[in-house]
Amino acid sequence: METSRDDFVIAIRSAFLKKSNKQRFSLIGLIFFSIFFLILGRFNFPIINHTKIFIKEIIYRSSFIISVPENFVKNTYSNIESHFNLYDEHENNKKELQEFKALKLKNDYILLENIRLKKIIDSYLVSSEEIVAKVLIDKQSPFLRSVVLSKGSRNKVKLGMAVLDNNYLVGKIVEVNYLTSRALLLSDLNSKIPVSIEPGNIQSILSGTGKNEGIIQYLKDETNISNESIIYTSGSGGLFKEGIPIGKIDSQKTEINSEEEKKQNKKVLFFSDFSQLQFVKIVEFKENNN
Amino acid sequence: MGKFKDITFFKRIIANIPILLLFISVLNEFDFNYLEIKFFAFNFPFILIFYWSLKKTEVLGYGYIFIAGLINDVVIGFPIGISSFCYLLICGFAAYLKNITLRPSLLKDWLFFLFTILATNSIMYSLLVLFFGFEINYNKLLINLSFTFLLYILFAYIFDMYHKLVFGRTND
Repeated sequence: METSRDDFVIAIRSAFLKKSNKQRFSLIGLIFFSIFFLILGRFNFPIINHTKIFIKEIIYRSSFIISVPENFVKNTYSNIESHFNLYDEHENNKKELQEFKALKLKNDYILLENIRLKKIIDSYLVSSEEIVAKVLIDKQSPFLRSVVLSKGSRNKVKLGMAVLDNNYLVGKIVEVNYLTSRALLLSDLNSKIPVSIEPGNIQSILSGTGKNEGIIQYLKDETNISNESIIYTSGSGGLFKEGIPIGKIDSQKTEINSEEEKKQNKKVLFFSDFSQLQFVKIVEFKENNN
Repeated sequence: MGKFKDITFFKRIIANIPILLLFISVLNEFDFNYLEIKFFAFNFPFILIFYWSLKKTEVLGYGYIFIAGLINDVVIGFPIGISSFCYLLICGFAAYLKNITLRPSLLKDWLFFLFTILATNSIMYSLLVLFFGFEINYNKLLINLSFTFLLYILFAYIFDMYHKLVFGRTND
């Protein structure tokens, strides 16, 4: 018994402490070094932050260059697919354009009316500054959903800024380097934003699921959400302005009975396809007092 | 002379394929672990590191593995140092197995690989959840682990063939 324990200790010691042939660094030394890195990362020392930013800048650019061949294949496939669907899409677009033209006129009138009414009640108007950025890396890990963008603190990108694809909210900035930044997508498990469900102005929290959809949380069981409901930002917390469209309730989960299915009924399909992001707008919303 | 140099360079490239694969898999978006196929994901660096640490330690230097881990953390967005820590732990497990094994067999390696990835992932995700406040989708983690374990045998065969071709047969 004693001998086998000794053997175990000797084997462990040999595995971790012996500097094997042609190895420049000892294993245990590097393990301690990575733990040291991890611990230092928890503190906000300026030198550590600058080193981290420097490492990240180099790796993001290298990763972008190495991903070029794979991105080329991916884009070619997507181009060929869109060429095949061109005619059908054109016909649909023509129909939709007519509808949208009519809606736009109506929308312009409502916008003007809204500004006028806000001035009457002395509320604030929101102005925004937009920065267009290219998506450098969209590594969709099973555990983290984020994208690396080509604009950083040099272009006045700040933490917490909203990231939009067309006019749809897709995420927010969670890390800013000098030339690059990272946006956490709404589908990430760690993403939670206050939303408003229309019609009904139901206030709730939209949470990511780690998949390509979101989930509505913290609602009362008796709250009725129709299948045509649209999810907008609520503006609570002051990070985003209210009314940015995000997605719609997944109407395919209508017929429900069990508790589990009830939860599924609150799934949100995002308007934007997060796997196809190429250029995004980074936006900061400011309050303009009248 | 020029031709001779070309051959030497080519040989060096061939001999360093495992390192190249490791760096490409952590730098590239297409790194097998992140294929958008439903219910399919596996961790290629784990397989690569375990196999080569077990069979021919000098092919993947510990320094390179450490750097590859740092790159992986930056690209994925994990706290810097956590992947390096896990990759090096895998090296440690492989070195331990190498020390205690007298007669190597693929089946034993495979089962020990399962134990290694279970232990390493447990440590990694415990750190992420407890100290860094990450939320983890445990179903996906389980799928990832299962496929990593199952595919080890396939990659072990491929790497064995490469090993025999490039380095010749050894006593490992």
